[in-house]
Amino acid sequence: MTALLTIIIVLFIAVAIWQMVKIFDLAQVSTDTSHSGIATDYDNKINGYLMMGFLVFIYAITIISFVKWGDLPLVSNAASEHGSEIDNLMLISMAVIFTVQIITQFLLHWFAFKYRGEKGKKALFFADNNTLEAIWTIIPVIVLAGLIIYGLFTWTSIMNVDEDADPMIVEIYGQQFNWTARYAGQDNVLGMANVRLIDIDKANVLGIDEADPNAQDDIVVKELHLVVGKPVLFEIRSQDVLHSVYMPHFRAQMNSVPGMITKFGFTPSITTKEMRETPDMIDKVNNINNIRAEKSKELMAKGEGALDPYEFHFLLLCNKICGKSHYNMQMNIIVETQEEYDAWIKEQKTFKESLK
Amino acid sequence: MSTHAVDIHAHDDDHGHHHKETFVTKYIFSQDHKMIAKQYLITGTLMGIIGVLMSIMFRIQIAWPEEPNVLFEALLGKWAPGGVMDADIYLALVTIHGTIMVFFVLTAGLSGTFSNLLIPLQIGARDMASGFLNMVSYWLFFLSSIIMLISLFVEAGPAAAGWTIYPPLSALPMAQGGSGMGMTLWLISMAIFIASSLLGSLNYIVTVINMRTKGMSMTRLPLTIWAFFVTAIIGVVSFPVLFAAALLLIMDRSFGTSFFLSDIFIQGEVLHYQGGSPVLFEHLFWFLGHPEVYIVILPAMGLVSEIMASNARKPIFGYRAMVASILAIAFLSTIVWGHHMFVSGMNPFLGSVFTFTTLLIAIPSAVKAFNWITTLWKGNLQMNPAMLFSIGFVSTFITGGLTGIILGDSALDINVHDTYFVIAHFHLVMGISAIYGMFAGVYHWYPKMFGRMLNKNLGYIHFWVTAICAYGVFFPMHFIGMAGLPRRYYTNSAFPLFDDLADVNIVITIFAIIGGIVQIVYLYNFFSSMFMGAKAVQNPWRSTTLEWTTPVKHIHGNWPGAIPHVYRWSYDYSKPGHDDDFVPQNVPLKEGEEELQH
Repeated sequence: MTALLTIIIVLFIAVAIWQMVKIFDLAQVSTDTSHSGIATDYDNKINGYLMMGFLVFIYAITIISFVKWGDLPLVSNAASEHGSEIDNLMLISMAVIFTVQIITQFLLHWFAFKYRGEKGKKALFFADNNTLEAIWTIIPVIVLAGLIIYGLFTWTSIMNVDEDADPMIVEIYGQQFNWTARYAGQDNVLGMANVRLIDIDKANVLGIDEADPNAQDDIVVKELHLVVGKPVLFEIRSQDVLHSVYMPHFRAQMNSVPGMITKFGFTPSITTKEMRETPDMIDKVNNINNIRAEKSKELMAKGEGALDPYEFHFLLLCNKICGKSHYNMQMNIIVETQEEYDAWIKEQKTFKESLK
Repeated sequence: MSTHAVDIHAHDDDHGHHHKETFVTKYIFSQDHKMIAKQYLITGTLMGIIGVLMSIMFRIQIAWPEEPNVLFEALLGKWAPGGVMDADIYLALVTIHGTIMVFFVLTAGLSGTFSNLLIPLQIGARDMASGFLNMVSYWLFFLSSIIMLISLFVEAGPAAAGWTIYPPLSALPMAQGGSGMGMTLWLISMAIFIASSLLGSLNYIVTVINMRTKGMSMTRLPLTIWAFFVTAIIGVVSFPVLFAAALLLIMDRSFGTSFFLSDIFIQGEVLHYQGGSPVLFEHLFWFLGHPEVYIVILPAMGLVSEIMASNARKPIFGYRAMVASILAIAFLSTIVWGHHMFVSGMNPFLGSVFTFTTLLIAIPSAVKAFNWITTLWKGNLQMNPAMLFSIGFVSTFITGGLTGIILGDSALDINVHDTYFVIAHFHLVMGISAIYGMFAGVYHWYPKMFGRMLNKNLGYIHFWVTAICAYGVFFPMHFIGMAGLPRRYYTNSAFPLFDDLADVNIVITIFAIIGGIVQIVYLYNFFSSMFMGAKAVQNPWRSTTLEWTTPVKHIHGNWPGAIPHVYRWSYDYSKPGHDDDFVPQNVPLKEGEEELQH
C-alpha cells in the first residue's frame, strides 16, 4: 500500500514538473528550438535580480541565526581559566570571518547582478593584474599570521601542564557507555592500573593494581567534583573503544584511547552554584523548562509521565562515536568550594575499602 | 600514436565502423572515455540518490526523535520496529551516507565523470592513454559500489563506526553490530574502490603528460585539466596509505594482529591485543582523508573556473595564480592531516605544526576566491544553470571555507571538534560546493555527453531551491555546534541542556527535506532530456576549448579528421581585435596578434 502511494505521488510530481515546464516554455517566445537550453537576456535579467535577492537571503539568515540562536552559549561564559582565552580568540576569529564573509558575498552577488549579460554587450578583456594578485595574497598572509601566532600561544599555554602548580590528579575512565572518575587520594598519586587486572567479582572495575601502595587511598566515583580555582589534571583511559572526554563549559576536550593515557588540565573558575545564578544561565534554564513543560503536557495527554524540570549541571559528554548508546554517555560535574569538596570526598570509600 | 590515428580515420563516415561494436562493447564494457564518463556519472548519480535519502532519514530522526515514521517502516524494515528508528541503524545511516557521498559520489562520480570526459577532449587526444585500464577502473568502481550496497543488507547491519571507521569500534564485532560482516564488506569495497581510483588516476596523469595535441603546452591547458591532473597526483600519493590502513585493519580484525588495538576489556573479557594504537590508524586514515577533501574539491574548482570564464565571456582572472594556487593547495593538503587529531592524544607540539600548515591553506584558497569574483567583474554574464551553480559554488566555498579558520586553529578546535560546527563547515566547503561543481559540470557538458540540452527552466528551479535549502540546512547548524552539541548522537533528548536546540533541528530538517525533494526535478531533467531534450548544436555555449570542436554525435577517436592544433590559451573571450566574443584554441593567431603573456 505504501509502495503504491509512493509511486502515485512520484507520478504526480512528475506530471506537475512536466506541466511547469510547459508553462515556462510557453511563456518564452523562442523561435529557435535548438537554443532552448541557453540563457536569453530575459533569463539573465531574472537571475541577476535573483542573485541580489539571494544576497539579501544570506544576510537575513545570518541575522536571524544570530538573533534567535546566537546567544553564543559557548563563547561568553567559560567556566575555566583558560576558557576565556579561547573565547577571546574565538571572538576575534569570528569578527575576521564575518567581515570577510559580508564583503566577499556582497561583491560576488553584486557583480552577478550588475554585469548580467545583454546581447551586444562585450565583456572587458581583463586577464591579469599583478598588483591585485599581490594585494589579496598579502592581506590574507598578514591576517593569518596574526591568527596563527595568537592561536599557537593560546594552544601552548592550554596544553602545557604546569606541574609546579601541584594539580589535583583525577583519572577519567571511559567504557561503553558510561564514565567513571578516580581520585588519587591523600598522596595525589594514582595507583597503577591495567584492564587486564579488572576483577568484576571483587568490584575492581577499573583494573587497579591491588598491590600498589599508591592505589590504596584512590577513590572511585561516578560523579566528578572539582574545586573552584584549583588546577586539575585529568589522566584519561578507555577500556574498550575510543571515547572523547568533552566538557564544553570548560572548553576542554581530549580523546580517551584504549592502551594509552591521555592528559588534559584546567582550572575551574566558577562554581556550579554561581553559574546557576548568572543571568544568562537563569534565562537559558527558564527557556529550557518552558520547552520541557510544553512537552510534558503533550506527553501527559498521551498518558505518559511528565519530564523532570531541568537544573543546570556542568557536564562531561562523550564526543567520539563509540557505539549504540553514544548519545547518552554522560557524567555530571560539580564545581564547589574547597570545604564542600573536602566534605564530599570524606564520605567516599577508598579503593581498599570498596574491594569485596 | 600514428597507427592509432590512421585507424581512427576509418570512422569518418557516419555509419561504418571498422571493428564491429556490439551492444556489450559499446554500452557495457566500453573502452571509449566518453562512454566511461557517462557510466561514472550515472552510477554516481544512483549512489547519490541513496546517500541523500539516508541523510533525509537521519535528519528526520534528529528533528523528531524516536517518533514512528512510515518512511522508516517502509525502508528500514527490521531496523525500525513499529516505524521507530533503531539507534544502531542511525549510526549505520550516518556512516554509509558519509562513505557514499565522499567516495562514491564526489570522488568517483565527480572526478571519474569529468576527468574521463574532458581530459582527452580538452587536450586533443583520441582517448585515454589506456582505454582498457580505464574500463577496468570503471568496473572496479562498479563492483565496489555493489559490495557497498550489499553490505546494507547483512544480518547484523552495515558498518556503523562513522565514515572514518576508527578502531577499536570498527575492529570489534562485540563493540557494535555493524563491525561484523558489515565492516568486512565495507573494507573490501573500499579496497576495490582504491584500486579503481588508482588505475583511473594513473591513466589521467599519463594522458595529460603525454598526449596533448600539438601546441597544447602546459600553460595553455584549461584549468579543468590542471585540476584533474593535480587531483590525480594527490590520489596516487594518498590513496595507497588508506589501502595500507584498511589492510592492517583487516589483519587486526581477522588474523589477530595488534596494529591498532591494545589493552581492551569488552563484554566481560580481556582481549589478547597488545601494543597497537588507534592513533596510528587515525594518522594513516587522515593521511588520505584530508587530501581526499581536495580530491573532491579541486575538480569542482576546475569545472567552475572553466564554466565561469565561458559564461562571463571573459578570461579567467589570474590564470597563473590559479594554477599556482592549485599546486599550493595540493602540496599543503598532504601535510595538514593532523588537524583532524588535535585532541586525539598526540603530542601538542604536533598540533602546533598542523595548525600552522592548515591555516596556510587559507592563502591559496583566498586567492582563488578573489580571482573568481574578479572574473565576474565587468563581464557579460550568461546566466545559464551551469553559471548559477558556479556562482553558488563560490558562495558556499567562501562561507564554508571561512569557518575552517576556526577549526584549523588547534586552540579553538578543542571546543568545537566533532560538534555540529564541523558538520556545517565541511558540508558547505566540500559537500555542497563539490556537488555544485558537479551540477555545474553536468549542465555545461550535458550537450557534449548526450547531444541534447538540459531544460534550463528546470535548471533554474533546481538551482534556486537547492541554494536556499543548502544555506537553510547548514548555516543554522554552526550555531548548534557552538552550543556544544556533539555529532553522531541518535537523539539529543538524553541531555535537557540541548532542549532549546530542538527547534533549530526541526528547521534544518525541513530545509533538508525540501532540498532533497527538489533534486527530483534535476533527476527528471537529467533522464528525460536524454531522449526529449532539444538537440544540441556543436558549440552551444560558444566556448574556446577543444571539446566543442568535436561533432555532436560521439565517435570513437573524437575528431573525424586530424586532431586540431592549438595556437592559444583557452581563455580568449572578448579579446579585442576579434569580431566574435570568443576565439577557439584551434584558431591561429592573426597577423600581428599577440598571445597573452600569462
